[in-house]
Amino acid sequence: MSTTAIKSPIASTRERSDVVRAPIGPIVVKRLRAVAAELVPPIVVLVLLLIVWQILCSRPGAGLPPPTRVIDETWDLIVHPFYDNGGTDKGLFWHISASLQRVALGYSIAAVVGIALGTLVGQSTWAMRGLDPIFQVLRTVPPLAWLPLALAAFRDGQPSAIFVIFITSVWPIIINTAVGIRNIPQDYRNVSAVIRLNGFEFFWKIMIPSAAPYIFTGLRIGIGLSWLAIVAAEMLIGGVGIGFFIWDAWNSSKISEIILALIYVGVIGFILDKLVAMLANVVTRGTSVQ
Amino acid sequence: MAYLDISRVGISFTRAGRTSEVLREVDLGVAKGEYVSIIGHSGCGKSTLLNIVAGLLRVSTGAVLLDGREVNSPGPDRAVVFQNHSLLPWLTVRENVALAVDKVFAGRKSSGERRDWIDANLKLVNMTHAADKRPSEISGGMKQRVGIARALAMEPKVLLLDEPFGALDALTRAHLQDQVMEIHARLGNTMIMITHDVDEAVLLSDRIVMMTNGPSATIGEVLEVPLPRPRRRLDLMEDPVYAHARAAVIEFLYARHALPAIAA
Repeated sequence: MSTTAIKSPIASTRERSDVVRAPIGPIVVKRLRAVAAELVPPIVVLVLLLIVWQILCSRPGAGLPPPTRVIDETWDLIVHPFYDNGGTDKGLFWHISASLQRVALGYSIAAVVGIALGTLVGQSTWAMRGLDPIFQVLRTVPPLAWLPLALAAFRDGQPSAIFVIFITSVWPIIINTAVGIRNIPQDYRNVSAVIRLNGFEFFWKIMIPSAAPYIFTGLRIGIGLSWLAIVAAEMLIGGVGIGFFIWDAWNSSKISEIILALIYVGVIGFILDKLVAMLANVVTRGTSVQ
Repeated sequence: MAYLDISRVGISFTRAGRTSEVLREVDLGVAKGEYVSIIGHSGCGKSTLLNIVAGLLRVSTGAVLLDGREVNSPGPDRAVVFQNHSLLPWLTVRENVALAVDKVFAGRKSSGERRDWIDANLKLVNMTHAADKRPSEISGGMKQRVGIARALAMEPKVLLLDEPFGALDALTRAHLQDQVMEIHARLGNTMIMITHDVDEAVLLSDRIVMMTNGPSATIGEVLEVPLPRPRRRLDLMEDPVYAHARAAVIEFLYARHALPAIAA
């Protein structure tokens, strides 16, 4: 009896250490396999697209340059993103950062105004009846249609561009916030009535967290739209910015530079979207839709 | 005058120009420390009556007086345990209780005292182990226990329970009923519970208020349950007093005030 009692824990320890040691290899392999399953399909598709593009555009008389020529012609821009020769002759980093600054400002204003107006419209039936028809009409106005009006009002390109960003991204934020506020369950309102939260506490502790998944849906649509709008707006207002860079490259017939800029615009738009999605995930603690 | 005095209360709702009377001439006095159940068929206005006592609905006629003062708005002295727990999903169990405690006792208790009070109430419902979990991570019975802790933590004069165990399975329900009985014995709260479970009403209550069917529902009958406390569900199975009370409620609900066939 006693011998078995002493022996058995040793045996079990040995078993346990075997169990721990054995799966390390398979776990790593499993992880790698999971990563590969995510990465391989997009890489394969990308390579195929590049090959097709290369073949189609290598023919004589092709309108667009093939990828090899794009890289060849824009190599200086790719490796020197920070150069600054004064005026608008700057590296791509400066153009993109100028555009991002405009978006940051316009979008921040849109976020604050959009959430405030959305809360008002969601909370008050009167405000909804009064404002909703106006919002529904104004939100269909294309971003660039606002630009001449903004230029007339502000008499300057910079605030006009920021206004266009604002007016483009504010609508989805308003509408989604309003839906989120309207969907706050009556139970939450009853709870806050019983513990007698005041208006300010109700706003911060109940309304905003409860509507957060909706608000972030609006914010995410908004950031995409504002990045769409900035390129178009900058083409018209000029100055430093990725939109102007594209327009300038077109005027100098540098098609390869346009293609490079488009890739940058796409990648940055993608990153902006992911950033807002990540923020949503952190703030709503995983309850927001990915 | 009773501790809680519901006096000739009536309520009507007007929707699309049509007025419908839900409650008429409801008269009920509840003594301090008493456990009263309100039972009736669906749609008889029992939840409406509870919401009136909670202050979430305003009476059309009559008045509700608690401890000599008229009730006309919601407040922590009439804490509610809601039917579907109503915990805020973005807060942890502790934060849910803390939201109520920090608001109700702001200025009356220091932050340390409030923390101890939150802990004490979570312990009362045996939820200390899950204090840092979110509502989505705990079971339905646990959520309802946190709802009870949140309500008790407000130190209400009257605790209002709106079908608190309706959404739970039978075993969890029995377990929670025992816990509520134990809390009632220990703290001596005044409690009003809405239910449509006859056994639950007889087991827990000092008096059972039976409501007639709506529209214009009112109190049909009030039954005393003279069973001694503490009550144990196993001992009561064969108890003639229990059986008699149970039969009286069933007779009221299914013989004299059965729902018309269309509504059922």
